[in-house]
Amino acid sequence: MTWRRLPLAFSALLVCVVAVFPVYWMVLTAFKPTKDIQAPTPTFWPTTVSFDHFATAVHASGFWLFWRNSLVVSIGGVLLALAVALLAAFAVARMRWKGRRGFILMVFVAQMTPWEALLIPMYVIARDTDMLDKLSMLTLIYFMITLPFTIVTLRGFLGAIPVDLEEAALVDGCTRVQAFRRIVFPLLAPGLMSTSLFGFITAWNEFAFANLLIIKNRDDRTLPVWLSSFSNTFGTDWGATMAASTLFMVPVLLVFLALQGRVTSGITAGAVKG
Amino acid sequence: MVFWPYLLVAPTVLASAYLLLYPLVRNAVISVQHFRLGELIRGGAAFVGLANYREALADPVFWAVVRRTLLFTAVNVVLIMVLSTAVALLLSALGKWLRLLVMGCLVLTWATPIIAATTVFQWLFQSRLGVVNWVLVQLGFERFQDYTWFAHGTSTFGILVALIVWQSVPFAALSLYSAMTTVPSELYESAKIDGAGAWRLFTSITFPILRPMFGLILSLEVIWVFKSFVQIWAISQGGPGDATTTLPVYAFQIAQSLNKYDLGAAVSMITVLLLVVVLLAYFRQMFRQEAEL
Repeated sequence: MTWRRLPLAFSALLVCVVAVFPVYWMVLTAFKPTKDIQAPTPTFWPTTVSFDHFATAVHASGFWLFWRNSLVVSIGGVLLALAVALLAAFAVARMRWKGRRGFILMVFVAQMTPWEALLIPMYVIARDTDMLDKLSMLTLIYFMITLPFTIVTLRGFLGAIPVDLEEAALVDGCTRVQAFRRIVFPLLAPGLMSTSLFGFITAWNEFAFANLLIIKNRDDRTLPVWLSSFSNTFGTDWGATMAASTLFMVPVLLVFLALQGRVTSGITAGAVKG
Repeated sequence: MVFWPYLLVAPTVLASAYLLLYPLVRNAVISVQHFRLGELIRGGAAFVGLANYREALADPVFWAVVRRTLLFTAVNVVLIMVLSTAVALLLSALGKWLRLLVMGCLVLTWATPIIAATTVFQWLFQSRLGVVNWVLVQLGFERFQDYTWFAHGTSTFGILVALIVWQSVPFAALSLYSAMTTVPSELYESAKIDGAGAWRLFTSITFPILRPMFGLILSLEVIWVFKSFVQIWAISQGGPGDATTTLPVYAFQIAQSLNKYDLGAAVSMITVLLLVVVLLAYFRQMFRQEAEL
């Protein structure tokens, strides 16, 4: 019986190697001393650990500025989306009104917006309204990119909280806002958390708009744009490039770790359902 | 209080109107105007009807780009669907610990930011120090000594396919796997008693039951691959030559590098129209799933 399972285990390991190797190679290169990186025969496991490349990356001109810019636009966009989406999700999940179906349909359609096709008009609009080279424009765009997804998932989380709880609070003399704040909000907190973390990743990774809309003011660039032009910064210093890539990935990894189980169950359902 | 729900959705509606609908309409308008650098700076663009569309459609380069985009989409999507189905089946056949291990590895790939992945792939395929060339030479393919992958159209195209497939399989495989767990195991057991093999189990039980799920993932992947821009732009900017120029890259190039915003807008309108066809299939599938709305 065991020898029949061998091909299965072998395929499992193969999938693991293919999935993990590029990331492993990135981290390994980041920690390798330069002479090991340039050796004619590569080493596949760490021998000497060096932090030189991380120092190069961190000391590269503007690194902390780009890091801060990325944080500001991502968090700003997500918080805005969360506030606006919470109102809409509440109306959709808890109230009956004319046009509700149409609204939900609109949100689903908005979620599939091919943003790549809106680069040109966004550029023209930003230019017309004097929003070019401004982080606030990026924040607004990231807000809009994450908004439909946030409404859909929050609606799902709200729908899972029994209405009876709220009604009981209303009977006991709470106002609707109080009932929401004291009863629904605490139950919704985990949902809010995971939804906003996913929005954060989307914004953190966004490249096309950041690359297009921040041109003249190079201090306002975000990390993905800076990283994509690594050859301007690091030349052929692959160690530093991999160290910068690793640092760029760290927040995303932390978010994925924080979400653990939800990543595979909840979010797949959320993403597939719209 | 009948107006409450409308008040609550008002911010969403207003934001979408300005940040989504307006750019879309603006794009449509620019596509029927003469809108170059002068009009961008001074304004006052004149309407030219469908001239931009005629110009785009008359250009043989455009048709080469369309053909390349379709090829790119087809190759990627076929690979993604086949590999993720295989991985999903593998996951359901594995024991608990190995399954968790594989799922963990897939999630790690999934979590890799696109831009980080593009720098890593450029490093993997680097000509002199890249590990891929080293491995190929060790395996006896001497001609890969210092082979410059990004100098050739076909190999750059291939690397982009590898990158997109590598990044897309985890989502598709994990979704398909979680759908497979919903198939009642009694079905498999009785089929096994009737002597069905693994392939037969898949074609007569798994696939028919999960057909809607396969349809959903398929249309999502078609959409995602078709409009993929970041990977291509970060790695090759459509080059070398125009070997990796797909429709979104092409629209961006003529707008940004040539300042032909009008022509770029027309091309991206065509891209959106092509996407809408796939989107309609996707929405039909999704609303069938989502019975209560």
